[in-house]
Amino acid sequence: MGLMFMDAVVSQRLDREFVRERRAIVRALTLTDLCLFTEARYTRHPSMTELHTPFQDHPMALEHFPSGSIMAVPARLYPPAQQ
Amino acid sequence: MIHLQDIRKVFNAGKPNEFVAIEGVNLAIDSHGAIALKGPSGSGKTTLLSILGCMARPTSGRITLQEREITSLPERFLTEIRRETFGFIFQQFNLIKGITVLENVMLPAYPNAENHASLKKRAMDLLDLLNIGGKALAKVEWLSGGEAQRTAIARALINNPTIIIADEPTAHLDTHLSAEFMEIMRQLKQEGKTILLASHDPIVYESKVIDRIVEMRDGKVVSAGGGP
Amino acid sequence: MKALEKQRNILDFTLSSLGRRKGKNIALVMVYTFVIFLLASVLFFTHSLKKEAALILQDAPAMTVQRLVAGRQDMIPMHYIDSIRQIKGVQSVVPRLWGYYYDALSGANYTLMVNADLNDRAGEIIIGNGVSWRSAPGKRNNQGLQKNDIIPFKTYDGTVLGLKVKGLLPFASELVTADLILVSETDFRKIFAIANDQATDLVLQVRNAKELPTIAAKITQIHPDTRPILRQEILRTYDAVFDWRGGVILMVLAGVFFAFIILAWDKATGLSAEEKREIGILKAIGWETSDILLMKFWEGAAVSLMAFFMGIFLAYLHVFLASSILFAPVLKGWSVLYPHFRLTPYINAYQIATLFFLTVIPYTVATIVPSWRSATIDPDSVMRM
Repeated sequence: MGLMFMDAVVSQRLDREFVRERRAIVRALTLTDLCLFTEARYTRHPSMTELHTPFQDHPMALEHFPSGSIMAVPARLYPPAQQ
Repeated sequence: MIHLQDIRKVFNAGKPNEFVAIEGVNLAIDSHGAIALKGPSGSGKTTLLSILGCMARPTSGRITLQEREITSLPERFLTEIRRETFGFIFQQFNLIKGITVLENVMLPAYPNAENHASLKKRAMDLLDLLNIGGKALAKVEWLSGGEAQRTAIARALINNPTIIIADEPTAHLDTHLSAEFMEIMRQLKQEGKTILLASHDPIVYESKVIDRIVEMRDGKVVSAGGGP
Repeated sequence: MKALEKQRNILDFTLSSLGRRKGKNIALVMVYTFVIFLLASVLFFTHSLKKEAALILQDAPAMTVQRLVAGRQDMIPMHYIDSIRQIKGVQSVVPRLWGYYYDALSGANYTLMVNADLNDRAGEIIIGNGVSWRSAPGKRNNQGLQKNDIIPFKTYDGTVLGLKVKGLLPFASELVTADLILVSETDFRKIFAIANDQATDLVLQVRNAKELPTIAAKITQIHPDTRPILRQEILRTYDAVFDWRGGVILMVLAGVFFAFIILAWDKATGLSAEEKREIGILKAIGWETSDILLMKFWEGAAVSLMAFFMGIFLAYLHVFLASSILFAPVLKGWSVLYPHFRLTPYINAYQIATLFFLTVIPYTVATIVPSWRSATIDPDSVMRM
């Protein structure tokens, strides 16, 4: 357990340079999202997704991308009562 | 030392299978000496023994142990008395399988919070005394009948009890081992311990070691035996 | 000191007693370890991703303004820039041009993005790491795309536009740039036929971050068809996206978890006749009910702590050294292009404590409770066996 924390601290220190590099790129290219899932635009750029996303194909469209089930639905998309 | 007064024990009270194990037992047991409870199976020997050993509470009646009334003591104190005053040897020895002879012997002393190393030493000494020191690290299921019996005796002695209680100790032993058991009992008696045996084996109750025979039948004491 | 001796003695017996039912206990520890391994993997993975996102996206644009038409994001007219720039507090407004490009050759979706550095270098592109690997299927010696290689792009009217790779984005930035292709503005408009007076969205810098909501409100007032997205919302999105309570992995986990609960319940409640007999013997030779419960507590604690440490350790190896290979199929989803990033291990005591309370405590309790009942059996039952 101790080793784990030590490894974590060391790795974090080593990765600090990479994090700085990533931040620089994010700033330079005005990026807004992590590149995690590339199958749909609401999974590639979840933060840029328009509010109408649930209806993007048709109003009854069911989620069909596997990644869509890993990512939580943004709270703003629930009706107020469920929030 | 132990006084039983009008002891009655009922099992499954209030149910259709209710039965009275012992009834109206009055008995006084003095310290130093060997007493045998004799009687056919089902006569209430085991029940009486477990009441004497503070393992079970009588349904009614009073027990005093060394002038102390113990019938109404809470479970915790009974356990403590049982641990410190009595050493038990069971019919089937009831050793715990899978662990070593040494650990089995040490078990009754664990709740006493004794230092582990000194406890181990005492257990080894006891095993040596009973001539099975060499088997200390063997698992109990590999023991012969005689070795298992000595282990059980060592376990009964680890807390240095004043009273040894044995229920049908020779039931699973041959004549030779039974005689050996009685010999060990004789030595313990000589050391000043009180011995309480329940048995219907003549080797036990006809032994010279026994000072007094209490005869039981149908849950009642038929003859309290004043002495040999 | 005395109490400690007693604990030690009882623990000693517990451990040798566990060794007796070796097969059963090893099986139990293995299943238990697996459950904790899965739980800890999900926790470590999502936590590290969230942490990473929060760190990196601090430098995302303070505000992005997009235009919506019939519920879909649409091109935003360049003349919006002037009116927005006049709002007090706005430092700069820069149009962004970006979109998705499906590459039929590799079967992957790429994000095409205009980069100002390439604007006087039409015909050149800079690609992310994932693109370089994916777009070179015909390449020999397993090399990705190199400098000066050409990627053909199919434009809106079907003509092919070959663009030359002039550089690769650093490998370390893969988490944000894996599928990126940076192009010049000229080429971007050529490929997608976008008029010169239109952009994908606008990126704003403001003088004071506190004014962002006011500025956003003003923008929607002037241009009701726009939607401003604040950096705070981006960060919040990523915080919620990997909320580990939701999702497929947890559904699967729930199954495993319930199976384990049933197993543990069965093991714990169904004290075998052998175990009951032992409890009887211990009581007969002078153990108190509390001593027996203490033993059962140590037994539960020993099993669950062992599984706990092993599970957590394995999860750590899995997530941070093996890049969560077990989750990969789920994470990849329909993506053809998947960044194989290595996560920086962010773990904290809170996570470990959460796992501890979710696993070790319930199991330990589950082993004690049923023994309670059998520990209260009369000790003389042993005499009658």
